[in-house]
Amino acid sequence: MTPAPIILRRALPRVCIIGGGIVGSATAFFLARGGCPVELLERDTVGSRASGVNFGGVRRHGRAVAELPLAIRSRAIWPRLRELIGHDCDFETPGHLKVAQTEAELEPLARWAAIGRAHGLTIDLLDRGQLRRDHPWLTHDLAGGSFCPGDGYANPRLVAPYFARAARAEGAVIREGHPVLAVEDTAGGGFVLHGPLGARHEADVVVNAAGAWGGAIAGQLGLDVPMVSLAPQMFVTEPTTRRIGPVLGMVSGAIYLRQSVRGNVIFGGGRGSVHPDGLRSRPAEDVFERSPALVRALIPALAGVPLIRSWTGIEGNTPDGLPVIGESGGRAGLIHACGFSGHGFEMGPGVGETLRDLILTGDAGLDLSAFSPDRFAVPPAIRSA
Amino acid sequence: MPVEAAPCVAIIGAGPAGLRAAAALVAAGLRPVLLDEAPEPGGQIYRRPPPALRPALAPAKLYGPDASRARALHEGFAALAGAVDHRPGTMVWNATNRDAGGFRLMLHHTSGLRSALDCDALILATGAMDRILPMPGWTLPGVWSLGGAQVMLKGQANLIGRRPVFAGSGPLLYLIAGQYAAAGGTPAAVIDAASFGAKLRAIPWLAARPAVMLRGVAMTALLRARGVPLLEGCHADRIEAADDGLRVHWSGARGTGFVTGDAVAIGHGLKPEHLLADILGCDRRYDTGARQWLVHTDAEGRSSQPGLYLAGDMAGIRGGHAAETAGELTALAALADLGRAAPGRPALRRALIRQDLFRKGMERAFPFPSDRVADLPDETIVCRCEGIGAGDLRQAIRLWQPADVNRLKAMTRCGMGRCQGRLCGDIAAGLLASETGRHVADVGSLRGQAPVKPLPAGRAEAATAIVP
Ligand SMILES: Cc1cc2nc3c(=O)[nH]c(=O)nc-3n(C[C@H](O)[C@H](O)[C@H](O)COP(=O)(O)OP(=O)(O)OC[C@H]3O[C@@H](n4cnc5c(N)ncnc54)[C@H](O)[C@@H]3O)c2cc1C
Repeated sequence: MTPAPIILRRALPRVCIIGGGIVGSATAFFLARGGCPVELLERDTVGSRASGVNFGGVRRHGRAVAELPLAIRSRAIWPRLRELIGHDCDFETPGHLKVAQTEAELEPLARWAAIGRAHGLTIDLLDRGQLRRDHPWLTHDLAGGSFCPGDGYANPRLVAPYFARAARAEGAVIREGHPVLAVEDTAGGGFVLHGPLGARHEADVVVNAAGAWGGAIAGQLGLDVPMVSLAPQMFVTEPTTRRIGPVLGMVSGAIYLRQSVRGNVIFGGGRGSVHPDGLRSRPAEDVFERSPALVRALIPALAGVPLIRSWTGIEGNTPDGLPVIGESGGRAGLIHACGFSGHGFEMGPGVGETLRDLILTGDAGLDLSAFSPDRFAVPPAIRSA
Repeated sequence: MPVEAAPCVAIIGAGPAGLRAAAALVAAGLRPVLLDEAPEPGGQIYRRPPPALRPALAPAKLYGPDASRARALHEGFAALAGAVDHRPGTMVWNATNRDAGGFRLMLHHTSGLRSALDCDALILATGAMDRILPMPGWTLPGVWSLGGAQVMLKGQANLIGRRPVFAGSGPLLYLIAGQYAAAGGTPAAVIDAASFGAKLRAIPWLAARPAVMLRGVAMTALLRARGVPLLEGCHADRIEAADDGLRVHWSGARGTGFVTGDAVAIGHGLKPEHLLADILGCDRRYDTGARQWLVHTDAEGRSSQPGLYLAGDMAGIRGGHAAETAGELTALAALADLGRAAPGRPALRRALIRQDLFRKGMERAFPFPSDRVADLPDETIVCRCEGIGAGDLRQAIRLWQPADVNRLKAMTRCGMGRCQGRLCGDIAAGLLASETGRHVADVGSLRGQAPVKPLPAGRAEAATAIVP
């Protein structure tokens, strides 16, 4: 794709993006590529928050139905990263295996398989025997599983930085160490964003891609997006024999796990604590015991493999667990894309492409109504009652 | 009659600093908890061979002129049996600041048992580890760290080779080469980056402890007498596997050449084992003499965190004698802060000042060759856990212009392995500084994360908090 001619470019809105996680960076890239003048303002460094420290799962399997079209759109971008942003970001597709511990847990797997297939995905349901045969490294106590080929993982530390770098190459301005301190809705229809040392940034369109801190930005603009900050806890082991093919998840959600090319086993499960300042988080003591024990029960061969590190990251969680994506009813040009909780890494590239379409053509190309930023707003009548 | 509960003071590390701290606390009527990974007290310097090997390794042979000190420490500690809650084989893998003040330590015992320990005050006496300037070939089989070579001798009564080459910088090169010679080895050479001139110029500081200085001179004389080539002012540039053994190529004051041995021990000094202090949020400062980051302490070992004290090499590399002084002084400082009598601190402080002058002399005599980091050949492995080379780091630095070394770690994996960047962190920082024209103090240092050491699978103990 060649950038839009300069003459057209002037007609395009000036977009200011708050937050340089995967969502903000991908949005900056696709918009800059579409010819928009883009400015991305990041408080820390690009991709240093949730987007840089997550599990790296690129998974459609088991996603909330409302998210599935977006997840599928995004998945189509992942294999094109090298062509688009100059690096494949270690994207691998060994498939995703969800395992059920009890017969009762097989039921939701079967239910979801029907949904996945209706959306065009291949889903293999495995009974106890098949699971044991295909994945002998798993404990034999499992009731069954569900496998989605084509899902996989990527290196979270690379994706947002490469998107931002490519966006810059397309003309976007990327400012790191540049927090947005206030957003002002001007009378003239545009916005002014206030940065450090009196910096002012004028924009026709603002994208709130501030992750777990997006609720606070929305609040500044009078929109109530309830969001709690959670800190999922991750672990990595020393490298060990490569035996775990697919990315693994438990139906219960207690553990998600994969093995890197070097042999390290990376897993998540449980949550650490978020510091009252909302900016820092740390692993929790009890999770240090519980999650590794669950992993050893799941994969007996990992019993002797030591842990070498644990960490947490901060994600924003809405009451219904779905992100907030799209324009807020009251204000054209103000677009939210935050609160992705555990799903934003996989969906980030797709969100960028979708917002490009929304901003440049007015048509997102997807039904975003389930993600409406206004869905939590309490109608005035009820509020006064 | 209500008895006020005695405060719980925990000490991590049973080397000279930790043992002396424990003794001082016992003398004040407390029962400290002493935690150490090793099965026996002594630390690195006074490490003891397993009982079966002890007859073969008399203290005089193992510790040389320090044998009497070693004996005094070991015996002194044995006399405290029962007065100290000594927990050998116990790794502290995480620590947190308690809301109510004090600290919670997460313990892993070699038996697999896990527990937590709450304490009111904490003395970190976690010692130091090898500091190494990497070179091509340093990851070959047969290449050891200097400390590793010493552990092999003291802990296993074994040698890394019959004709090992000792290369790097620092007094330990001569000490350990001498210990190997005494134990029946024939060191092939000592290649020491520090020049004779630098050592001469350091004499005014070293003279603060004339006896120790003279011992150093005697050590070199002994090696010379045994015909061991001492290549002062020469850098080990690379190691290569050849038919006849490992070749260490060197260059420097004496031109260029190579020495062949059946093993190589490398070390360029020591660095404090500071991860627990980092996790607990202690302030650090870049020390231009030591050319590395140190945890900040006052003259008596208080860190920036109330109730948290540092003693021994972990507070700055001053060696075993100073560690004893600092251990005692720090314990007294902790006692004073707990409102207890703590007499005798001024004399200890004065002794430590003298030992500090000597340290400054050592830093002048054997400066870490940090200027050579900029010139490391691209093929040099810097992070051996993850296999990241100097060239990989340079490329990432050019591409990302990282603001600090933690960002460089994120972009390259350098420092993400089992050693948590203990070995590679300051080398990566040095490369980042030189490639971007900054001072190494301005590119930060790697953040520590729990577990501070690889954590084996555990079994949780029923009681999580034990407050003696
Ligand atoms: C441990 C963990 C594991 C996870 N595993 C997965 C997984 O396997 N698969 C998956 O799909 N998802 C996963 N997620 C979720 C995923 O990481 C997030 O949903 C996703 O990264 C969100 O991207 P983001 O860009 O919205 O947020 P972030 O990456 O948090 O980016 C938001 C950015 O906004 C910046 N910012 C905030 N306020 C301001 C301001 N006022 N001014 C300027 N900048 C500001 C922040 O500094 C930050 O860089 C995981 C999350 C965590 C924490």
